[in-house]
Amino acid sequence: MAKNISFTIKYWKQNGPQDQGHFDTHEMKNIPDDTSFLEMLDILNEELIASGEEPFVFDHDCREGICGMCSLYINGTPHGKTERGATTCQLYMRRFNDGDVITVEPWRSAGFPVIKDCMVDRSAFDKIIQAGGYTSIRTGQAQDANAILIPKDDADEAMDCATCIGCGACVAACKNGSAMLFVSSKVSQLALLPQGRPEAAKRAKAMIARMDELGFGNCTNTRACEAVCPKNESIANIARLNREYIKAKMAD
Amino acid sequence: MSNDIIDQCVAQGVPFAREYGGMLANRSFGGAQVSRTFYAKGQTGQQLLLGAYSSLSAQVQTGKVKLYTRYEMEDVVIVDGHARGIIAKNLVTGGLERFTANAVVIATGGYGNAYFLSTNAMGCNCTAAIQCFRKGAYFANPSYVQIHPTCIPVHGDKQSKLTLMSESLRNDGRIWVPKKIEDAKALQAGTKKGSDIAEEDRDYYLERRYPAFGNLVPRDVASRAAKERCDKGFGVNNTGLAVFLDFSESINRLGIDTILQRYGNLFDMYEEITDVNPGEVANEINGVKYYNPMMIFPAIHYTMGGIWVDYELMTTIPGLFAIGECNFSDHGANRLGASALMQGLADGYFVLPYTIQNYLADQALWPKVPTDRPEFDEAEKGVQAEIDRLMNIRGKRSVDSIHKELGHIMWEHVGMGRTKEGLEEGLKLMKALREEFNTNLFIPGTKEGLNVELDKAIHLRDFILMGELVAYDALHREESCGGHFREEHQTEEGEAKRDDEKFFYVGCWEYQGDDTKAPELIKENLEYEAIKVQTRNYKN
Repeated sequence: MAKNISFTIKYWKQNGPQDQGHFDTHEMKNIPDDTSFLEMLDILNEELIASGEEPFVFDHDCREGICGMCSLYINGTPHGKTERGATTCQLYMRRFNDGDVITVEPWRSAGFPVIKDCMVDRSAFDKIIQAGGYTSIRTGQAQDANAILIPKDDADEAMDCATCIGCGACVAACKNGSAMLFVSSKVSQLALLPQGRPEAAKRAKAMIARMDELGFGNCTNTRACEAVCPKNESIANIARLNREYIKAKMAD
Repeated sequence: MSNDIIDQCVAQGVPFAREYGGMLANRSFGGAQVSRTFYAKGQTGQQLLLGAYSSLSAQVQTGKVKLYTRYEMEDVVIVDGHARGIIAKNLVTGGLERFTANAVVIATGGYGNAYFLSTNAMGCNCTAAIQCFRKGAYFANPSYVQIHPTCIPVHGDKQSKLTLMSESLRNDGRIWVPKKIEDAKALQAGTKKGSDIAEEDRDYYLERRYPAFGNLVPRDVASRAAKERCDKGFGVNNTGLAVFLDFSESINRLGIDTILQRYGNLFDMYEEITDVNPGEVANEINGVKYYNPMMIFPAIHYTMGGIWVDYELMTTIPGLFAIGECNFSDHGANRLGASALMQGLADGYFVLPYTIQNYLADQALWPKVPTDRPEFDEAEKGVQAEIDRLMNIRGKRSVDSIHKELGHIMWEHVGMGRTKEGLEEGLKLMKALREEFNTNLFIPGTKEGLNVELDKAIHLRDFILMGELVAYDALHREESCGGHFREEHQTEEGEAKRDDEKFFYVGCWEYQGDDTKAPELIKENLEYEAIKVQTRNYKN
């Protein structure tokens, strides 16, 4: 049975990338603990609008953990703390206690400029994918899918890499603002599959070059990204990316 | 064509499940008795989308495609009877921008969010489609709305969204409610749990009613059967609006490891939301282990109706094309599992690229349409005037509060079981709600810059018109078929009763110049040449 909790919410307000930004606070009363975190923010916004104020702006879309839009930094952890990893939209209020102070901030990274409040521009990730996160296949020319035999273990491992939703939590958690977990998951998915091999070397080089160009930092193996990834991507992917990259560079 | 789609996706690097021999694996799905669906864990749709996104990204890199993210289409511009551009709103700056084109393709999805609570993403809206409707495109079969049986039940009035649990769960999960009404009452009061009820006291109503398909009946059948049980008082949670989906039998038969391999991520997601782990032993009765069952209930999921298109996917406005869920084609009155993916990919990869050429063939002879033409001026002025109107209502109610009310009206009167009286009442309530929206809406902030509430208000204006369209179509269609169920038209066993004599047509609706005027019906008769029309039987 749901119980109600009351708490204080401190949320980040910032009017565009140039604004300095500040925290606003609001007292939340009697919120059922089976409410999702984003639904709690909906309630906050209803209260703000009722008093004539502008709502708190944040990104969200599918609200079932697959689109990668929701992106809140909650009490110092991207997406908030859960044991097995979940996106912000799958965080429920039963994780919080009566009397808590809950702090909500945007992803903070040079690569993700703030649009407004906690809505950030993550099109840098699109640009990294555009650099090479695909197989160059023209529609209508594909060969029979069963003509490419793929060992089950490889397919399963590629699937695990493919579950990355590109939310950017890895960047937000990293002290260097590195996008390595994201890039390595995408590179790994295609590196593990025969369809991705022909362009593997080119892809690793191009995606890393684009990542550097866009201002993301380097990896120093702190594993902060792995700890917060809602899809449990492993830093073994980063090791694979490094191997792919070194192989490609050696061949140059 | 479905083979071409799978080939295409595999070539893109979509990691479909494989057998040990390296071939593609299959599984069964709702509405099918054989295993013929390719899959990627419980997230096939998401992986197909990522595959399409990667191919799109490749084209962006070559410079052939330019992405405009955080933009929304507000109007289609018609020049000499042809769609020749759009007016779009830059959601970040709030500014309107003009785009000129040889043809316009909308791929803007369905209208499920008219019900407020649905499995659609929060951003899904029907504004682009409705604007095309206002400009003269016919809207076909709006009453065909799919209600998905396996969603997490509604838990309170603050809920914003219903979470879909993958249909694949019905492969190994068995759906049931208690046989005895006193057990159902105890479950509703919270004095009993699902795992307290022994096998012999469980009513596996889908297996009972549909022995041939069992738990894999099509979605509409499964949804209505759940509603029927809950209406009779057999619901299993505190609201009485939920049924169980139970894995005890398959876990006991196949072992927990196999089940977790198949559905582990879905079990995790379910536990994160509800605090209940379906993979955990909860009770043992007479030596049989009972696991925590999931609770599920039907929710709005997909809309078969949409903008009318011809075989070339062109709407009734020349040069305006509609693809994917936003058109009405392919599914008829119902849609079986996995086929929305088929339609989305078929239209985009394999149909439109060929058919649009017929329209574009003589375009080289046409003069380029500049964006300073009066048609663009007029369209932009219209959008601007609407934005000003909405901003200046300055009433008392938030967009969401009115949207929730619309959702209640839709679910109550235009939902799973429809009646003449209910639909007429729904139409009356929606008319009153539009008046409330037009006079009592409050949007904070200004129209300049990012204003989320303003954008939601534009969507809601169109959801109200959409809701009415669904109700008008449902009211006129005096039969039950697929996603449309009229309680007056059912067999003695409670199955849908079609009336091919009177309703063997596509119901197309034409806008009459004003949102408050009822749309006009135009019929497109159905002509079948290769197949014999019959009613599917899921019982035996």
